Amino acid sequence: MIISIASGKGGTGKTTVAASLASVIPESVYIDCDVEEPNGHLLLKPEFISEESAKKLLPQIDQEKCTFCGKCVEVCEFNALINLKFEIVLFDEMCHGCGACIYFCPSKVITERAKEIGVVRVGITSAKIFFADGVLNIGEVAATPLIKEVKKNIIEGKINILDSPPGTSCCMVETVKDSDFCILVTESTPFGLNDLKLAIDVLKTIGVSFGVVINKYDPSFTEMENYLNENSIEILLKIPFERRYAESYSEGILPLDKYPELKNAFRVLHKRILEKVEIVNAG
Amino acid sequence: MKIAVTSTGGSMDALVSEQFGRCQYFLIVDPETMKFEAVSNLGEQMQNGAGPKAAELIINKGAEILLTGRVGDKAEEALKKSGIKIVDGYKGTIKVKDAVNSYLSK
Repeated sequence: MIISIASGKGGTGKTTVAASLASVIPESVYIDCDVEEPNGHLLLKPEFISEESAKKLLPQIDQEKCTFCGKCVEVCEFNALINLKFEIVLFDEMCHGCGACIYFCPSKVITERAKEIGVVRVGITSAKIFFADGVLNIGEVAATPLIKEVKKNIIEGKINILDSPPGTSCCMVETVKDSDFCILVTESTPFGLNDLKLAIDVLKTIGVSFGVVINKYDPSFTEMENYLNENSIEILLKIPFERRYAESYSEGILPLDKYPELKNAFRVLHKRILEKVEIVNAG
Repeated sequence: MKIAVTSTGGSMDALVSEQFGRCQYFLIVDPETMKFEAVSNLGEQMQNGAGPKAAELIINKGAEILLTGRVGDKAEEALKKSGIKIVDGYKGTIKVKDAVNSYLSK
């Protein structure tokens, strides 16, 4: 089972929710897909057992044999290639490694070479949570190839918690697209609501069922609940806006490890999601 | 010799565009006759890679000198490979023809 944790807005508490949920599920798998800024390890504190280089494939053009017809440049969706008529120039960091240039080259003078884009780390926590994350190299623009590599650590037959990057771009879609259920984490602010709507649009478009966790919940911000009620979107959990939770987080300690009321809340959240997924799978 | 100028419009009286990859037009000017070709820049709408694509465009138009506000790293790499001289620092408050004249009088 795959449960992803996403949000439109950054800083709403995805990692706190994801790590908390992982910690109340026995033998869970936590996978941090926010490869541009992984921070799940700060809360879950795994012992890393392996670190492997992740690569993407780049085109290698034989400039001696190239006719500079420009077909490769024309088919590149990412503007990673330009044709100077005496050289085809590749901008490594723009390339997504899709291979279209190789496929369409009429002279067949393009081969592939591997380039390291980051590392995938695997570990285990003291509570026996299987942990994986990815760290994108500085200067790399395309995070999705690394997210694909990190996701290879998903373990079938276990509950996999995927911590998504913020926003609604390719990286978020790559993380959540094959989830059984997605938890959208938001906060009681106009920004939280605006970006939640964007994330909901994405999930509806790609057909992933979801519910909402309101973190830093403030009952006086009524727009959030009005919107969710009007659109029949389920609120799975409200985490009150409390200074002691923030203090615990700032020390790198999961608030639920200090405050039993939160541990219970997350146990209930786990059960509710299991029921949701059963309903979804039953059709 | 051809001079490429990043421009906000399709005439010599238009103001210079300080952006390279995302300017609206390139004016490819023959300074001897002051005749020019206005090329609209598709890069204005591109999600990414606008700079290198703009470099490719003016290289293939045969420009030897570029007058603009500023050029990004990737575009600069492509322009240098082709031996195009980059003259940057032009402000968006002057007209294309004045930019060309000020370059020629240096």
